Amino acid sequence: MKIPSELRYTKTHEWVRRQGERELVVGITEHAQEELKDVVFVELPPVGKQVKAGEAVAVVESVKAAFDIYAPVSGTIATVNAQLGSKPQLVNQDAYGEGWFFAIAPSQPGEWEQLMSAGDYAKTFQVST
Amino acid sequence: MTETTTLHTTALHAEHARLGAKLVDFHGWEMPLYYRGIIEEHVAVRERVGVFDISHMGQVLVTGPGSLATLQRLVSADLAKSADGQAAYGLLLNAQGGIVDDIIVYRLTAEQWLLIINCGNREKDVAWMQRHLGPQTTLTHISSGRSMLAIQGPEAEDVVEELVGAAVSGMGRFRIRAVPGRSDGWLSRTGYTGSDGYELFVRDQDAIELWHRALDALGLQAQPAGLGARDTLRLEACYRLYGADMDDATTPFEAGLGWVVDMAKTDFIGQAALVKQQQPQRRLVPFEVSGAAIPRSGYAILRESRRVGQVTSGSFSPTLRKGIGLGYVETACAAPGTAIEIEIRGQRHAGLVVKGPFYKGVP
Repeated sequence: MKIPSELRYTKTHEWVRRQGERELVVGITEHAQEELKDVVFVELPPVGKQVKAGEAVAVVESVKAAFDIYAPVSGTIATVNAQLGSKPQLVNQDAYGEGWFFAIAPSQPGEWEQLMSAGDYAKTFQVST
Repeated sequence: MTETTTLHTTALHAEHARLGAKLVDFHGWEMPLYYRGIIEEHVAVRERVGVFDISHMGQVLVTGPGSLATLQRLVSADLAKSADGQAAYGLLLNAQGGIVDDIIVYRLTAEQWLLIINCGNREKDVAWMQRHLGPQTTLTHISSGRSMLAIQGPEAEDVVEELVGAAVSGMGRFRIRAVPGRSDGWLSRTGYTGSDGYELFVRDQDAIELWHRALDALGLQAQPAGLGARDTLRLEACYRLYGADMDDATTPFEAGLGWVVDMAKTDFIGQAALVKQQQPQRRLVPFEVSGAAIPRSGYAILRESRRVGQVTSGSFSPTLRKGIGLGYVETACAAPGTAIEIEIRGQRHAGLVVKGPFYKGVP
């Protein structure tokens, strides 16, 4: 399974990428998109919305059910991936690239350090199922 | 997900695991939700052919000289109209007219009837029917050691002919016949998908062999399909799902199943209660949602900002590429063409009551 080493991760299977000095881009991991299978709808937060780390801010829907996407860090929604409106399947096709959800301008820069590294995220899959 | 109880498995469980199916707990049965993806499997059934393991459903035999009389009392449809080899959709009703289960009743002979009952209702139905068994009637729950396969889609006929080694094109909808060379094996032209198709009721060892042959019959490569696609397919066809769209407290008239109830027939359980309930306060209606939003079970249905009902089944329709559903609304809002709103995560989305079905591929 692809877990890019330059990204940070959450227990709820979001990934976070630094973009310049002021933004953190957020999407869902390869594992999450595989579990969801056919993504058919994504609901994104309004730009400018203030969010808290751990707060449900977006929704992704498979054929079967709707799932919350949580803000990995606190801050303000800076941009959203409007392409997902007409092409929700990008989440399946390119989870770490074109399938990104939104970018946050963080208000608590220390929160980045608390996110999981790729290695720590990979370890969460070693629990016997 | 934690496993606290051992789930039931079908004879094909190892085949599902080998195909990499995503397995889920469905009413205590570990069943495939999908193999490759719900949409892919849905489309395979609509355009080609899919094969489902539906062995979680219950098979019951009712036999004896009193079998017709017993079933006439237990089932809402008039089974006196059934000929040998004919199937009827019917309801088991309680004394209040509530739906105990929706079932298919196959008349094999005048004194031998095969009933297919819902997985989640197996024990309840068998106990209910045993309690109301008339004289000279025997009821046998024959599910153990037996399987059920559904082969559905426009190419189902080719696959089934290959499997049973006989022409089946002359077989009408809702007909059943013995499978040559398979003891206690039956083939019917029925299904729960809205596409044409067949169902096979056979012993476990036969099912495993037929499953393998179906997957590569004639090079058609029937797509194994899971319960996820079964659900989206049945919803497009507006087939009700027991436990979601109806239960013991729902009457057939509320559920839009009045056509399954023969009120002219003499004395079946629930009939007296239903006489007064033919004009219900609420009705189950199919509806669609505009835009990309997807309705889900439990969401509120509004009419001019007033709550008038609730969604009982909702999904993305792979055929229509939009959100569709079934839900109960006040009777005044039940007419096709009525504008409604569905409340999804606090936002209201425009919707429309429609006549349904959303898809009709059955002759």
